[in-house]
Amino acid sequence: MKNPLDSLWGTVISGLVLTLILYNVVKYALQ
Amino acid sequence: MMDFIQLGIGRWLHIAAGVMWIGLLYYFNFVQVPALAEAGKDGTGAGITKHVAPRALFWFRWAAVVTWLAGAMLLGKSFFGAFFFQNTALYAIGVGAWLGTIMLFNVWVLIWPNQKKILGFVQATDEEKGRARRVAFLASRTNTMLSIPMLFFMAAAGHQGVFFG
Repeated sequence: MKNPLDSLWGTVISGLVLTLILYNVVKYALQ
Repeated sequence: MMDFIQLGIGRWLHIAAGVMWIGLLYYFNFVQVPALAEAGKDGTGAGITKHVAPRALFWFRWAAVVTWLAGAMLLGKSFFGAFFFQNTALYAIGVGAWLGTIMLFNVWVLIWPNQKKILGFVQATDEEKGRARRVAFLASRTNTMLSIPMLFFMAAAGHQGVFFG
């Protein structure tokens, strides 16, 4: 599999996905 | 007066240095790396690597230090509470602080030592330079990726009610 960080858009999309994951972790922890 | 210095001046400094750090990170990833790939084709990359990259790297790595120190000053007594998630009010800033700290580590432990080899500030064989180029590139891309949630959680820090309901 190609490393998403080799592409600029792959990097940005990975960052957005990580944001979504961490957002849900924190939201769950705050409930 | 102490609050003004710690929370007022500290926040101002944190944001200003952070803009320089992340601005230069985005410059490297969105501008310099693609530009050097193009310049490699017609042999015009030396101007960038000789005159631009060293200066950009200087301000980049020291802005990262100032950003982190100003952030630590801002946290003050909440420093350990944020890093160890001891209080729900500190959850967002805790995540942001961890991401920023990992990014600072990447700058000083992975990016800068390898850039010194790439730019010829320290001796390295061609094989070592090739490996250094890959490590520095991936660390820089990792920081670009981490900057997206880091900025989200920094923005959310003072507004947890708005961001997390």
